[in-house]
Amino acid sequence: MAEEKDKKAYQKPLPSWDEESRPFWEATKRHELYVQRCRDCGFVQFQPRAVCVGCLSPNVQWVRSGGRGKIYTFTVTHQNPVRGFRESLPYVVAHVELEEGVKLLTNIVDCKPEEVKIGMPVEVVFADVTPEVTLVHFRPAR
Amino acid sequence: MSLKKKAAIVGVYEHPTRFAPSKTTYQIIAESAREALADAGLTIKDVDGLFNAGGGGLIGSLALADYLNLNPSYTDTTNYGGSSFVGHCAHAAAAIAAGLCNVALICYSATPVSTPMAGIGGGGGGGMVGDPSVPFEQPYGPTIINGYAMTAQLHMHEYGTTSEQLAEIAVTTRLHASLNPNAKYRDLITVEDVLKSRVISTPLHLLDCCVVSDGGGAVVMTSAERARDLRKKPIYVLGSGEAMRHAAAGHRDLLDIATNDSARQVYQRTGLTPKDIDMAMIYDSFTITVLMQLEALGFCKRGEGGAWVSGGRLRYDGEFPLNTDGGGLSSNHPGMRGIFLLIEATRQLRGEGGPRQAKKPLRTAIASGIGGILGYRHAAATVILSNE
Repeated sequence: MAEEKDKKAYQKPLPSWDEESRPFWEATKRHELYVQRCRDCGFVQFQPRAVCVGCLSPNVQWVRSGGRGKIYTFTVTHQNPVRGFRESLPYVVAHVELEEGVKLLTNIVDCKPEEVKIGMPVEVVFADVTPEVTLVHFRPAR
Repeated sequence: MSLKKKAAIVGVYEHPTRFAPSKTTYQIIAESAREALADAGLTIKDVDGLFNAGGGGLIGSLALADYLNLNPSYTDTTNYGGSSFVGHCAHAAAAIAAGLCNVALICYSATPVSTPMAGIGGGGGGGMVGDPSVPFEQPYGPTIINGYAMTAQLHMHEYGTTSEQLAEIAVTTRLHASLNPNAKYRDLITVEDVLKSRVISTPLHLLDCCVVSDGGGAVVMTSAERARDLRKKPIYVLGSGEAMRHAAAGHRDLLDIATNDSARQVYQRTGLTPKDIDMAMIYDSFTITVLMQLEALGFCKRGEGGAWVSGGRLRYDGEFPLNTDGGGLSSNHPGMRGIFLLIEATRQLRGEGGPRQAKKPLRTAIASGIGGILGYRHAAATVILSNE
């Protein structure tokens, strides 16, 4: 992908983070994916929060994901005027359901858009888009 | 306390503009308010409740009250996207029933064509810059359309819904637009035209998507008692429902839309069933938005919407008239078109539809909207209106 050839040219929006989400983005830099589980009620949640939104307990535990899941649904986007994306058309946006039971939004990479299917097994691939930021992408499971 | 027939819509106005480079949104609201109040036989001096979805300035209703020189005793700036105004109708009925205001003005304008990007948020996935979800979505390229597209893809996968069936909704809506002199697009289209239009985000084509227009409108409501002495036949609010869906902390179910809850509420609160509803104004940001709301509102079973919308059922002269003004798909969509659902439902229940007036007799209409984005986060608002 273009951004891997020239990281300085990366033009898509980058995530900002705060104290609630910092451990998540520090982990993706290490190429590790984390979700959260509540020590009190067992609720598994994503995106990360300082409290469990199953019971509002502060006893939230970071749980490393195996990085495997399946495509819950997806679309091949052919139009997006936002800089960075307009140069990447068409691209695949998907909700992936992790084996840990939560869904997250991502891009499906390393395959042709027309090969993407609902239910397809996928695995995480970490995209070091800038020296500071690593995004979570998925590709067909190998 | 039931809201049944406590309040009524007594004045409506849809601004005819679709392109207004020389007007501010405030001017469009003022012009709409003037005409809606005249429709009711009221004046701006009667208004003591102001309902809008914010926009323009950062301080909700204050800038608008300032511009209109209003000192309202009750304001509501609920903004959960395009369905907000249907929610305002419910909130106004409650405020009137509780004696918190007497004459409510619900108003809206936006000019995204003549002022591109005006009022459009930065999040893409239905989140605004600073919302906690944005860092976990925006880097992956969410758009308004691809959220709806992912929902459509899942509906097709689960239920076998086809692009041809979705296209039927766009075709019928365009027929209605052809009968509306103010509609932005009036040339008739076919299912084939929809399928041959370019794909914006699979499986949605250009003609599955709403138009972008400038525009605005206003709705005036008051108590049922006062409504009886005004110019036009009152259109009573029988009941309402509101609900939301979102990421659910990672547990979202895109096929369980918020309208499932707003529909259950509205039927429970009115004692009515889908069989009691004569026509529908359904928010049509995209064809899939209509299909899934019709299912959720109980007009057909979940998953059977594709077959149900086919065969001309939804035409103005069919058995269940839908979006008789030409909808967002063909008439107008300044970004949040929920107010037009109330306006056209009122015109139809009054018999003011002109060439596009429903052929069957009407007693009840349902107005139901989805604001935000199916596929990311959205809010449903539903009201049932009646002319008796």
